[in-house]
Amino acid sequence: MHEFTTWLASTPLSHAIQRALWLIVLLQTIHILAVAMVLSSVAMIELRVLGFTRSQTMTQTAHRFGPWLWTGLVLLASTGIPLIIAEPGRTLDNNPAFLLKMFMLAIAVTAAVVFQVSLRRNAASWESRPRPSTVNVLATVTLFLWFAIAVAGRWIAYVREG
Amino acid sequence: MESVTAFLSWVETTQLSLFIHESAWAFPTIESIHVIALALVVGSIAIVDLRLLGLASTKRKVTELCREVLPWTWAAFVTAAISGALMFVSHANEYFGNTAFRLKFLLLLLAGVNMMIFQFITYRGVVVWDNEASLPLPARLAGAISLACWIGVVFFGRWIGFTMVLK
Repeated sequence: MHEFTTWLASTPLSHAIQRALWLIVLLQTIHILAVAMVLSSVAMIELRVLGFTRSQTMTQTAHRFGPWLWTGLVLLASTGIPLIIAEPGRTLDNNPAFLLKMFMLAIAVTAAVVFQVSLRRNAASWESRPRPSTVNVLATVTLFLWFAIAVAGRWIAYVREG
Repeated sequence: MESVTAFLSWVETTQLSLFIHESAWAFPTIESIHVIALALVVGSIAIVDLRLLGLASTKRKVTELCREVLPWTWAAFVTAAISGALMFVSHANEYFGNTAFRLKFLLLLLAGVNMMIFQFITYRGVVVWDNEASLPLPARLAGAISLACWIGVVFFGRWIGFTMVLK
């Protein structure tokens, strides 16, 4: 991996992004705004699952905030990849924070897909109350998993090779 | 200005400041909390702003949306403010002199003023346009200014990280 990252860091594309520091700040800013999109969408859906907000149905809430969640993820990938290309050693040289972040992201995205599929198939049971406590626990855990992804993301800057 | 820097220098001598400054994990941890809190502030405010702009949730009452979302916005803002203050005290003079930090605070101030104008003046007439998709100009302006300010806050907040020389 180290040879790959050294090569990637020497490419014209990598140099181009590095030269424009403001571009990296801009990419990171959009990345953070996309984090805001994703975290807020997840939070609004979780709040509905946990019953903190009741003015809309579970299905309405998922339809309202689902698209923002997925758009946010696309933006995160679209900004994340150029950021990796700009400074490949920072993430790809076995940075444990980055690896942990990607691992948790895979789990969180899977959970989001499973939730959407389940809601589409069993809308009625999702609208009914009381909700089994397992669901509430899973909802809370998922929310904190997304938080943990954000934390791991910040720690990329502080942690280097494992 | 002399008395401000003198005061900030004193802040930097406090136990709290020294602890955060010298600990390897305190600052990154506080910063991580700050990032999550600000993400929730910006994301939740965007929900309200987009409603004001008539771009999202247009079938929902403005009052209902505000009631459901804004308490969480406030909770997140308090968390962001406390975590921000803790980071600030650890390098008080450096932050105070940092241009990006000053611009960030200017935008925060603008966002605050904008919000107060909306809350105490524009919002008083909400009953008239609560169910409308397209809102009166003052409401739309409030939404647009709010979004612009908060995007700026995130941008300059990130700039601080690149322009601070953390010793």
